[in-house]
Amino acid sequence: MSGHTDTYHEEPFWRKYIFSIDHKVIGIQYGITALVFLLFGFTLMMLMRWQLAYPEQPMPWFGWLFGEEGVMLPEVYNSLGAMHGTIMIFLGVVPLAVGAFGNYFVPLQIGAPDMAFPKLNMSSYWCYLAGGIVMMVGFFVPGGAANSGWTSYPPLSDIATTGQTVWLFGMVLLITSSLLGSVNTITTIVQLRAKGLTWMRLPFFVWTQFITGFLLLLAFPPLEAAGVLQLMDRLAGTSFFLPSGLVVSGELLDVSGGGSPLLWQHLFWFLAHPEVYVLILPAMGIVGEILANNTRKPLWGYKSIVYASSFLGFMSFVVWAHHMFMTGMGSTISAFFQTTTMIISIPSVVILTAMFISLWGGSIRYNTAMLFALGFLPMFGIGGLTGLPLGIAASDIHLHDTYYVIGHFHYVVAPGTIFALFAGIYYWFPKMTGKVLNERLGKIHFWTSMIFINGIFMPMFIQGLAGVSRRLWDGGISYAHATDTFYLNEMMSTSAWLLGLAQIPFIINLIMSLKSGEKANDNHWEATTLEWTDAPSPPLPHRNFEIIPEVHRGPYEYSVPGSDKGFIPQSEA
Amino acid sequence: MEIPYNVEERQDTGMYNAKLGIWLFLASEVMLFGGLFSAYVFLRMGDITGTFASGSQELNVPLATFNTLVLITSSVTMIMSWVSLKLGDMKKFKMHLGSTLLLAGVFLVVKYFEYSAKFHHGIYPDTSTFFSIYFTLTGLHMIHILGGMVVIFYFLVPGSKMMKTEPERFTNRIETVGLYWHFVDLVWIFLFPVLYLL
Ligand code: HEM
Ligand SMILES: [Cu+2]
Repeated sequence: MSGHTDTYHEEPFWRKYIFSIDHKVIGIQYGITALVFLLFGFTLMMLMRWQLAYPEQPMPWFGWLFGEEGVMLPEVYNSLGAMHGTIMIFLGVVPLAVGAFGNYFVPLQIGAPDMAFPKLNMSSYWCYLAGGIVMMVGFFVPGGAANSGWTSYPPLSDIATTGQTVWLFGMVLLITSSLLGSVNTITTIVQLRAKGLTWMRLPFFVWTQFITGFLLLLAFPPLEAAGVLQLMDRLAGTSFFLPSGLVVSGELLDVSGGGSPLLWQHLFWFLAHPEVYVLILPAMGIVGEILANNTRKPLWGYKSIVYASSFLGFMSFVVWAHHMFMTGMGSTISAFFQTTTMIISIPSVVILTAMFISLWGGSIRYNTAMLFALGFLPMFGIGGLTGLPLGIAASDIHLHDTYYVIGHFHYVVAPGTIFALFAGIYYWFPKMTGKVLNERLGKIHFWTSMIFINGIFMPMFIQGLAGVSRRLWDGGISYAHATDTFYLNEMMSTSAWLLGLAQIPFIINLIMSLKSGEKANDNHWEATTLEWTDAPSPPLPHRNFEIIPEVHRGPYEYSVPGSDKGFIPQSEA
Repeated sequence: MEIPYNVEERQDTGMYNAKLGIWLFLASEVMLFGGLFSAYVFLRMGDITGTFASGSQELNVPLATFNTLVLITSSVTMIMSWVSLKLGDMKKFKMHLGSTLLLAGVFLVVKYFEYSAKFHHGIYPDTSTFFSIYFTLTGLHMIHILGGMVVIFYFLVPGSKMMKTEPERFTNRIETVGLYWHFVDLVWIFLFPVLYLL
């Protein structure tokens, strides 16, 4: 392979930028689409926060969206809630973490000219986009978009308006897309590693993508199965999820019956618990790269975190029913899932601890990427720790379905994963575009985001502990016991809107830097991994490297005594 | 630009890319049908009115037995087509792959008669939980058969040109199609006793 010098010929526009089979172009397509969806999903939430802060008052500026009065109806609130969750997770975070970062940087970090199956790669992007568009179509069908929560629990979802059917079709496309993507990622990592790149020399980011690939590959199909069953229920009149004798609005439903709503929950959470690790693992991978690079030290306990992540991936398949303690499935089953849940928190703690220790004694460079990565650590810590009381069946009785749960998972996903994704953007933007993002705007982006995001989610723990249920259109006004905590709503909503404003410097930064940013050199951050040391910025179209590198050492040889540059690239003999 | 190990095996993994790819894909398929089989078990355990036992008695066991034999034979011809390719015998390859396609067609025709007999007796997916899962599982399996037929047809007629230009790559492709086909066959071998006999 080495010394490959086939001439590069100019391709037509549509081949180069639209139906491209270059993993870098596909990665950027994923990235842009996912960022747009993230912004859209975030906007839905900002609308919901108005209703929660000022229940039933007409909304300024956007009121026309909700008819004459400008007041958001409960049905609309439910649609926005369901679509917010769906969009953020399935159309935003996962495509950005896996589709964009994974696609772009896995081949580069392992010294491969492309993904193993370039055409499959292209199809998986187009499936994703089609799934996203179908999801959007839901907003325009009678009854509005899906409104049974991102979890789509039956019986409600079985008898919900047409939007739910659209949601299911959208999901089937998204599942297909992630299936194609995960086959591709795993094959690429197994087959296309450069010469000398053994498993224990892989950058941690590649490891996390590898494990994520398996989670996507094996956890999504049962949700596909569940989706097919729910489609049958809705379209062919079956009753997989409808028990006999179900009464809705005072009337006996005319269905064949004999099904079980719990079946959906099992199938759904069999996917959706591994899914939360799909959300967090790539984030940990990105943070690992950035920490090592900016502390100028090897990642502490590299092997332990690799083993911990693999164990985490494996265990994530046997904890799903901790979402179902309150369903009456029985205390024996609860005890089992409570135990596995306690076990799975151990590897998370191992990884987090190793990352904290990595900071020890480093001469830290506080650039924006590093700030976001550092922010990730305590935020993920809060998210993880608040998960423990949820994982214990007894304390979950009080906390289940309250704002505490919302606080818990948002800490892991928003200031956790999304901060890590921001970190990744600041870190890798120079590689992708050849331009550096502006540091001043970046720092404004980081500090404002950090403050406001905590302003939203921290009070949720208080409200949740006081007993405020999630998914309530009136924000829980009808809950007499929790009235003391309602004053927080206004402040939380204001934080949410300010967080929206805080993204403006980021957007400006992306556009401005792309147009007139400082030029990046090939190894802008003096990193050791192949994408920085052996490929130009941006890497060559279609083949990445002028000469496919060979690997001679581990991924993080920073501050090696006696080395003239202070670091030794993986490809240096 | 060539992707490494597209055709030749990588030494330390002993595989070419598509072979690993198809195995991974099949692993996900196992999870898909595994999820549906679990649904079957779950629903059957909660089946107090006995619709599962009575429902399966209304299915046509002789026809399904025949179909099982048809699919097993098609798996055998699939292997033989690959072997013929390895031996470079294009004519035999076409014959065996053609038989596979034909047998798949026979399977679908038999299934068509089974389905229409059910509809004729007023049995639809919403008749009972048993028939819901029966139609869903067999329907999904048929979609897999159809998908396989499209791919087989492609390699039988337009795709076989590749044998002239890249014989090794073409042989690999037939091997991966074969793996998929055996899997679809295997699913049926599970479906048959679970739905018809239990
Ligand atoms: C580290 C240890 C963790 C533990 C022990 C834990 C435990 C739990 C438990 C028991 C629940 C269910 C609560 C209930 O509904 O009553 C839950 C909900 C949730 N967790 Fe975690 N979790 C952990 C980490 C994570 C991570 C890393 C993520 C994502 C990146 C995450 C995302 C979620 C989500 C999205 C939900 C809510 C789903 C819903 O009902 O809508 N969790 N967690
Ligand atoms: Cu979970």
